[in-house]
Amino acid sequence: MSPLRGLLAEFSSAGEVLAAVRAARRAGYVALEVFSPFPIEGVAAALMFRTRLSRLTFIAGLLGGAAIFLFQAWVHAIDWHLDIGGRRALAAPAFIVPTFEVTILAAALVTVFAMFVRNGLPRLHHPLFAVPAFARASQDRFFLLVGAEDPRFDAAVVRTFLAGLAPLEVHDVPR
Amino acid sequence: MASERDASWIDGDADLAAINDLVVATVQSPRTRRSWLRALALTGGGVLALLVAVFAVFWWYVGIWGVDTPVYWGIAITNFVWWVGIAHAGTLISAILLLAGQPWRRAINRFAEAMTLIAIACAGMYPLLHLGRPEFFYWLLPYPNTYGYWPQFLSPLVWDFFAVATYGVTSLMFWYIGLVPDLATMRDRSTGMRARIYGVFALGWRGSARHWERHQTAYLLLAGLATALVVSVHTVVSFDFAIAQLPGWHTTVFPPYFVAGAIFSGFAMVLTLLIPVRAWLGLRALVTDRHFDLCARLMLTAGLVVAYGYAAELFFAWYSGDPHERELLASHLHGRSAPLFWTLISLNVVLPQSLWWPAARRSVGWLFVLSILINVGMWLERYFIVIGALEHGLLPTTGGAYWPTFWDWLTFVGTLGFFAFFMLLFLRFVPALAMSELRELVPDRPRGAT
Repeated sequence: MSPLRGLLAEFSSAGEVLAAVRAARRAGYVALEVFSPFPIEGVAAALMFRTRLSRLTFIAGLLGGAAIFLFQAWVHAIDWHLDIGGRRALAAPAFIVPTFEVTILAAALVTVFAMFVRNGLPRLHHPLFAVPAFARASQDRFFLLVGAEDPRFDAAVVRTFLAGLAPLEVHDVPR
Repeated sequence: MASERDASWIDGDADLAAINDLVVATVQSPRTRRSWLRALALTGGGVLALLVAVFAVFWWYVGIWGVDTPVYWGIAITNFVWWVGIAHAGTLISAILLLAGQPWRRAINRFAEAMTLIAIACAGMYPLLHLGRPEFFYWLLPYPNTYGYWPQFLSPLVWDFFAVATYGVTSLMFWYIGLVPDLATMRDRSTGMRARIYGVFALGWRGSARHWERHQTAYLLLAGLATALVVSVHTVVSFDFAIAQLPGWHTTVFPPYFVAGAIFSGFAMVLTLLIPVRAWLGLRALVTDRHFDLCARLMLTAGLVVAYGYAAELFFAWYSGDPHERELLASHLHGRSAPLFWTLISLNVVLPQSLWWPAARRSVGWLFVLSILINVGMWLERYFIVIGALEHGLLPTTGGAYWPTFWDWLTFVGTLGFFAFFMLLFLRFVPALAMSELRELVPDRPRGAT
């Protein structure tokens, strides 16, 4: 097992790191990850990554809305029916406002929680934070990580490969 | 997006480091510390006033306010509607302008969202205090209890509770997930205890491509959901009035008219706050006069819809032929409520027409003055709607007069202080501009090794 967790190449622009990740894909590496101070269009596609978060949002909204509508109907028609001048117990139009609001609330809550959970956050410590230069990933530098779990990972070969992409520097990520 | 970069919302020489330095300096630099402390002490007095006012309501109940038959809703409800309205501009800037692909929102969205959150907190207090028995506010929540009762879902009060609670929670999440990458920047640029505190709130954000992809998807989805809230929350607030049978309240124009009024007053508040804050924190490079120009245009647009709302309300009061509506109309045009009515017409309809002239939109001084006048005008409008209608009623015997008491005013001044106090805390501890979003506007070019 490699003593490294991976190798990290540092770039100064989004265009360079995008070109680098494409080159790494072409070279056959799969355990890749890009770190950037803002979202770069095309990187997720280059990493063959897609998120299905929106489906979850849709389902959560649907379930939340249905649940509160049925709940209101149950409260007013079955559990605690108040006969006020013979008005209908199942006053569906009046249930629309809470239904609408809870649809949005459920969808929003599930979206945010799912986003954090799927991203593995919160995770306050991570081996990458041991690389001092990585502090600039949240500021003005762009990083490409080739992970040691890649079947083709060989530290010397990967180091040469990354150096060929003209990065500012290549850092070791200790395990 | 490439087209967004071309829009040159960022100075050509600015690079990523320059944006970081400028925004981080607003939090870390001691340049404004003394004036900040003075302002905090002053507004802290407002927070204390609010605590006293709230304590008084819990101790003596709402009898200490000026509310009495037939005016059961005093300025507490005026303040509620006013504060919720102000909140709307932040959501519009964050959500609708995001969906519309407007790059200029990036310089002001964080600030406007913070304004939204604090305004919702101010607004939310009023209906709860106004319950009469504020300690039982949680009865509005449908939770299983030994009394075997449930909230009355046919009541606009319960709708309001659902709408404002959803709005508050969603706005908080929207603001926070946008903030996480910037908190990571703060973590990485701080040392010691500060780095730890920012680190905890940044949740270990690393900015990986997979993180960003999910983050951006979630952000966009939340923007879509929040867009529905922009148009729905003040609609529900307007139902508090429009569902009732009272002359002056029972009109179908209320929902769109309230939403437009909310956006109108919200943009006025954005300008009222942003103009001095920009000068104070030295953010002229990122928040330009063009931003103010565009805010002014949106304010004018919303103001025109509000003007239509006034016109429709007056027209239908007359056209309905209903004697009570007509009596109220006469009172507005040349009766007891006429001075108030014509004041708010001049503040909300006449003066904003100056924004048709580019010179007026480019004059920061005029925008500042006008935005304050609109804030006042919109407060008067809500006073007029709430109290003007309640003072009339359907029969001469149900007429009555309302005057706010010392406690009414203290609560209002208290929330103003509370609002300013938390805005100041926000400016001091959190990056006031969305750095991660502004970075996307910088032209991408490689730099030599440094």
